[in-house]
Amino acid sequence: MKQEVQLMKGNEAIAHAAIRYGVDGYFGYPITPQSEVLETLEALMPWETTGMVVLQAESEVASINMVYGGASTGKAVMTSSSSPGISLMQEGLSYIAAGELPALIVNVMRGGPGLGTIQPSQSDYFQATKGGGHGDYHYIVLAPSTVQEMADFVALGFDLAFKYRTPAMLLADGIVGQMMEKVVLPEQRPRRTDEQIARECPWAVTGRPEGRGPNVLTTLELDSARMEVNNHRYQATYRKIEENEVRYQEYFTDDAEYLFVAFGSIARICLKAIEDARQRGIKVGLLRPITLWPFPTKEIARLAQQVKGIMVVELNAGQMIEDVRLAVEGRVPVHHYGRMGGIVPNPQEVMDSLFANFPDADK
Amino acid sequence: MKPEDIKRSENKVYCKPELLNDTPMHYCPGCSHGVVHKLVSEVIKEMGAEHIAIGVAPVGCAVFAYSYIDIDWIEAAHGRAPAVATGAKRLNPSRLVFTYQGDGDLAAIGTAETIHAANRGENIAIIFINNAIYGMTGGQMAPTTLEGQVTATTPYGRRVDLNGYPLKISNLLAQLPGTCYVTRQAVHTPASVRKAKAAIRKAFENSLAGHGTSVVEIVSTCNSGWKMSPAKSNEWMVEHMFPEYPLGDLKNDTER
Amino acid sequence: MKKEIIIAGFGGQGVLSMGKILASAGLYDGLEVTWMPSYGPEQRGGTANVTVVLSDTPISSPVLDSYDTAVILNQQSLDKFEQKVKPGGVLIYDPYGIHHAPTRTDISIYPVEAMEATIALKNAKIYNMILLGALLKLNPVVDIDAVMTGLKKALPERHHHLLPANREAIMRGMELV
Repeated sequence: MKQEVQLMKGNEAIAHAAIRYGVDGYFGYPITPQSEVLETLEALMPWETTGMVVLQAESEVASINMVYGGASTGKAVMTSSSSPGISLMQEGLSYIAAGELPALIVNVMRGGPGLGTIQPSQSDYFQATKGGGHGDYHYIVLAPSTVQEMADFVALGFDLAFKYRTPAMLLADGIVGQMMEKVVLPEQRPRRTDEQIARECPWAVTGRPEGRGPNVLTTLELDSARMEVNNHRYQATYRKIEENEVRYQEYFTDDAEYLFVAFGSIARICLKAIEDARQRGIKVGLLRPITLWPFPTKEIARLAQQVKGIMVVELNAGQMIEDVRLAVEGRVPVHHYGRMGGIVPNPQEVMDSLFANFPDADK
Repeated sequence: MKPEDIKRSENKVYCKPELLNDTPMHYCPGCSHGVVHKLVSEVIKEMGAEHIAIGVAPVGCAVFAYSYIDIDWIEAAHGRAPAVATGAKRLNPSRLVFTYQGDGDLAAIGTAETIHAANRGENIAIIFINNAIYGMTGGQMAPTTLEGQVTATTPYGRRVDLNGYPLKISNLLAQLPGTCYVTRQAVHTPASVRKAKAAIRKAFENSLAGHGTSVVEIVSTCNSGWKMSPAKSNEWMVEHMFPEYPLGDLKNDTER
Repeated sequence: MKKEIIIAGFGGQGVLSMGKILASAGLYDGLEVTWMPSYGPEQRGGTANVTVVLSDTPISSPVLDSYDTAVILNQQSLDKFEQKVKPGGVLIYDPYGIHHAPTRTDISIYPVEAMEATIALKNAKIYNMILLGALLKLNPVVDIDAVMTGLKKALPERHHHLLPANREAIMRGMELV
């Protein structure tokens, strides 16, 4: 079958992929650099075709709570925003995680803190991978590096979210949100029927049918003993996810003496630097975590036994490096190169950072 | 006469609503919540809507509403019930979706969600308990607290120069084209209970008919928070609350 | 084959759309493409630039530090990007409003009087297409028919009557080099 190759922005790809996946509802609020998600959905009018609901909310606080309400009924529901808006959603995210609800949240990161800049950043790594809101929780975090992955991870995110009854976040940055490249969209899938939802999501708040008791979606439990049981259940799910869902990609690691670790679009800049370095005979490789939570701890630990040093490159002051260091456990030096405020390093700067920290690499 | 002779359907003049379960309520004796819960249960049953009803509970005294009424419920974060209800209703248009909120939830922390849900004309019903105080957290000032009213955080009485004015949010909501029905009721006398029940039924019917947002404000007592007996609370409510929050329809525009 | 191209100028000059047309043409020619814009308020009157990479092998980074070809439409962009053209590369610029002409001797520099040609053609909308013509003449990475196919697909039907004027502008740009 011939697949249609299209040229579009990462943000647009998310909108198209959401419709193709059969998403039931999108609730969002405009913020740069991801407004094209809502704009594209409004332009495509999926309510006329698949029946997907698209609504511009009055705030990110309202958006995430609309997601909470929709997800409670077993529907496939999503929102998208950028860093300051995601901060506003933290309360709702904590409730969605505690409610064990599947949902997809897209964060196209911009530089902070505060109102910050609209330019690309990865400074929400901690917020995304460590919970972000109140309480002990995690959710699955996928880091796309191409427009194709922006499209593909919509489906992956929802599939995992429903499999484990947990929110999933697509953690992108302004580069992959704004850039255009080729994308092949998935086949159109039908939205699930109410019967299917009742069968697959027996917990869903759908209106109590004859023969079943009330379904109550609450995150409140004043009895400490029972609340601890709830927490143990959340943690058991997280361990299962850590066991089964780590995703990553390795480039030129077979003979690598030095290793870059980078995610999202920055991994591509590192890869360009590596391609140039390899032409000069410098043996350097790249590990790109695709899931930031769960983190590819074991894989990095394995590579730490092979390489002489690790360079973590991020658009922040040093966040993922903490997880890399935990994985490496001091076996080899781990250094960081980061740009902030929306500055994106070019491949040469990335390579220079390796040589500055590991002079032996530049033989 | 034996009890068996009395317990016959033709002799029945009153019974607990079928949807109200046997869980002991945590509400204080004399609190209006119990009566309103009963009305909500009765109306849903009488409409035959127990299989399509989705309630959205607030944070506040009614946080455990889901423990008492045997329908499907979602427990929202503080103030977010109208947004949660929006998500549920938009994706399930055939369902009877309603929120049950207090004054702090609806008119302080959730003001934005309330006004925008109403302004969009979401086909939901909002049951709004206004007792002019934060009951659950121990009697602090609410947005609807009266001028001069003593609360835990206004120990010398609410001063409008410091704390602003009692917020008549139902009057605000009645101005919005998205609302079809906004009414203010009470449940302190048998007559007022009957009227409040009719109002709740009308609001629920509007929701299913797609007329827009309906708001039923119930001016209520909080004898614990007000530090009065239940009987005295009712008197105080009539004397002080009703002049500020007069009962009656603020808007009844369901024939659009 | 891999071409790394920067197009830079004022917002409103059609910088981003010129890049988009180029990228679309690459797509129809079966190439790998990336299009990475500057974005935000810069689009509205400030400086704007877009990096377009066309390649017959997968493209790693959409963000670059040096370029095979630069198309420069104002002084700020010239100051910023002249030094980033790879030795042996191509710099195309419109001398209109340029006070300090480029000085490098290790690259090929082509002034293209696109603004004057635009004024002569009495159609402000085709300014960027003239420059695209110049670019395609010097860098025949994509076919002009692919450009027109991309353009036709991008434009709503009610604007299809503008296609001949665009084709003419591209041809004019090719002549100007």
